[in-house]
Amino acid sequence: MQILKKALPKAALIFLIFTLLCGVVYTAVVTGLSRLLFPHQANGSIIEVDGKQYGCELLGQQYTDDAHLWGRIMKLDVSTYVDEDGKRLLYAAPSNLSPASEEYEALVAERVEKLRAANPDRDTSAVPVDLITGSGSGLDPHISPAAAEYQVPRIAKASGRTQDEVRQIIEKCTEGRFLGLFGEETVHVLKVNLMLDGILTA
Amino acid sequence: MNAVIQYILYLGILILLAIPLGGYIKKVMAGEKTFLSRILTPCENAVYKVMHIDSGEQMNWKKYAVSVLIFSGIGLVFLFLLQLLQGVLPGNPQGLPGVKWDLSLNTAISFITNTNWQAYSGESTLSYLTQALGLTVQNFVSAATGIAVLFALIRGFVKVKTDGLGSFWVDITRIVIHILIPLNLVIALALAGGGVIQNLKGGQTVPLLEPVAVNAEGEIIENAVIDVETNTVTVFGKAVEDADIVTEQFVPMGPAASQVAIKQSGTNGGGYMGVNSAHPLENPNAFTNLIEMISLLLIPAALCFTFGRCVKNKRQGVALFMAMFLCLVVALGCVAVREQIATPQLIQDGAVDVSAVDQAGGNMEGKETRFGIAASSTWAVYTTAASNGSVNSMHDSFTPLGGMVPMLLMQLGEVIFGGTGCGLYGMLAFAILTVFIAGLMVGRTPEFLGKKIEPYEMKWATLVCLATPIAILVGSGIAAVFPGIEASLNNAGAHGFSEILYAFSSAGGNNGSAFAGFNGNTVFLNLSLGLVMLFVRFLPIVGTLAIAGSLARKKLVAVSAGTLSTQNPMFVFLLIFIVLLVGALSFFPSLALGPIAEFLSSIG
Repeated sequence: MQILKKALPKAALIFLIFTLLCGVVYTAVVTGLSRLLFPHQANGSIIEVDGKQYGCELLGQQYTDDAHLWGRIMKLDVSTYVDEDGKRLLYAAPSNLSPASEEYEALVAERVEKLRAANPDRDTSAVPVDLITGSGSGLDPHISPAAAEYQVPRIAKASGRTQDEVRQIIEKCTEGRFLGLFGEETVHVLKVNLMLDGILTA
Repeated sequence: MNAVIQYILYLGILILLAIPLGGYIKKVMAGEKTFLSRILTPCENAVYKVMHIDSGEQMNWKKYAVSVLIFSGIGLVFLFLLQLLQGVLPGNPQGLPGVKWDLSLNTAISFITNTNWQAYSGESTLSYLTQALGLTVQNFVSAATGIAVLFALIRGFVKVKTDGLGSFWVDITRIVIHILIPLNLVIALALAGGGVIQNLKGGQTVPLLEPVAVNAEGEIIENAVIDVETNTVTVFGKAVEDADIVTEQFVPMGPAASQVAIKQSGTNGGGYMGVNSAHPLENPNAFTNLIEMISLLLIPAALCFTFGRCVKNKRQGVALFMAMFLCLVVALGCVAVREQIATPQLIQDGAVDVSAVDQAGGNMEGKETRFGIAASSTWAVYTTAASNGSVNSMHDSFTPLGGMVPMLLMQLGEVIFGGTGCGLYGMLAFAILTVFIAGLMVGRTPEFLGKKIEPYEMKWATLVCLATPIAILVGSGIAAVFPGIEASLNNAGAHGFSEILYAFSSAGGNNGSAFAGFNGNTVFLNLSLGLVMLFVRFLPIVGTLAIAGSLARKKLVAVSAGTLSTQNPMFVFLLIFIVLLVGALSFFPSLALGPIAEFLSSIG
């Protein structure tokens, strides 16, 4: 009991000091420096062209238009967030499904069928795995180069471009590995689509 | 081929950084000069002055333990109240309401125990004030507490015939000011530069390129043709009544980078976002991923080398490191192979291309394109080896055996590196167990680093080692038969049982990762998982301090020809064997019911 009585005020005081130091000072210093050094990144990497916003560079969206590049499978969430006027906002979540169940097998079969129907030029080749799986965040903004190449004939037909033009756009939006080693090669789906729509210059 | 190079580099960079950091931590804790002393020592002394702390104070083990418990208790109460009251407090631009009592209690326990189990979803539940003043602070101090307890144990080995184990207040002050704050300033700024958000704005909205139609029940309308101008939705030419058109996307904002840095380096793991470091705003690219992934295992790995230097026996530090490292490499190999192979259900007799040509291939369900298989598998193993628990892919969607390995790493008691400090003192308890068993085999009195190991130490060491298996098995056993538990499950059958087992393994290892389809936010689960977390955090802390107190009072025994070496490969092998023996015997039956059953039925 004696130890307890003595230690309690000391513990409370040191807790207060650390709350100020780690909660307030540390957070404020990082916020201040980030805003100064990296204003674009620290504020969410939002794409702006001529003062108009076109999506967030880091968040995936859902595309179903034949003339657009499609991304990962998304489990959309339209009930968690609303804007000030109560209008629904789009967000997404991961599926958390086991890839070893019978239900999953049926789900993938359905997705493969749908993709093949939408890409008749590719109906004999295997579907790249990125196009029939959900991502970890549910908001993956990328697909693999293989998944982009699979869609080239469809996009070319629907957008009235040659396949080479579409490939050029995809290549422009492809990012290599960090230092050529870490992570994977990715195609940025939103940027490809903004270029296909002529909003970003190809 | 690239994947193999990535695996080697991830492991190599870790070792390269851990060795110098280990030396730095030793210097700081011994009060020696470092290259940052000129700036930081005045800050440290200022804290002592305000606090009226005598920096030379020596606490006995009981006083040290009481200080740890009170300090954690205050943190618990503060964080609990902060969440309940966040609705009426400032720093809440999203206007979020107070958190419900059971969820608040669970989250408060989870953060003071360095677990960071997420029954909540950060961006939709917690205000910026709660994140910064509550979670970030506990991320720092719970990590510091673990390291402090480890140092009390180290002093127990080093000191002779004394009661004093150092001062808890001095230890955590030094750890926070000299180690955690400078390290995290660097990490946080690197992350912000890499694209992690760090601001104090409310959530933003951006327009969607393709609007989405929603029916009156809030479900997405498939195959909809949307005319935004006239606000009409048609499906195959038929107009849909009461359809809602969603034209904007939500973009979460807030002070993420500062919190992400410490949640990684303090082996906390509680994400700023619900989906943790899989979220592109929390972990946007391979550069930020490399930093986050290395920093999550950095301090636990460095502490092995610190230990060697402190007990003036570097080879002992290397031996402990090797025991952990070998287990890590084997675990990594298992996950990497299983995830790259994927499952027959995904491959569909070749209709799906899972090769590694122009893509990562493999089981991409629940994985981000930018991380692929290599960075996702490495992270999964690192985060469950360390008791970190952050994720960059969804473990629930791993292949059955690929998901079993992270579960097993937690069930081993989080001693393969483990949490900051707590991993190593857990491993030292296993080392004590090992010298005792080895001593029995050759018929000698067991000794470790010159101190005799006697029944008192053995009893506590056994409790430390068994706390995790007891908590996990009892907890998941009760939960599996609890009425209504099936409502929390996201998958059926054996995988559903795996979700329960994973949840309790995560709480029982103070890890915090999840098979995230599992909904842990019910009163029963919030409370039962909360109890498990408290039990496995504080029983080992008290046990470790008791051992430290007893060791410090003993004299040093001279090394003789009959002393069992604890630095050679034989000891490393024995130590790994004992860790696996306790883990495998405890958990094989439950693993057979979950992941192993699922694996067998998936290939059948």
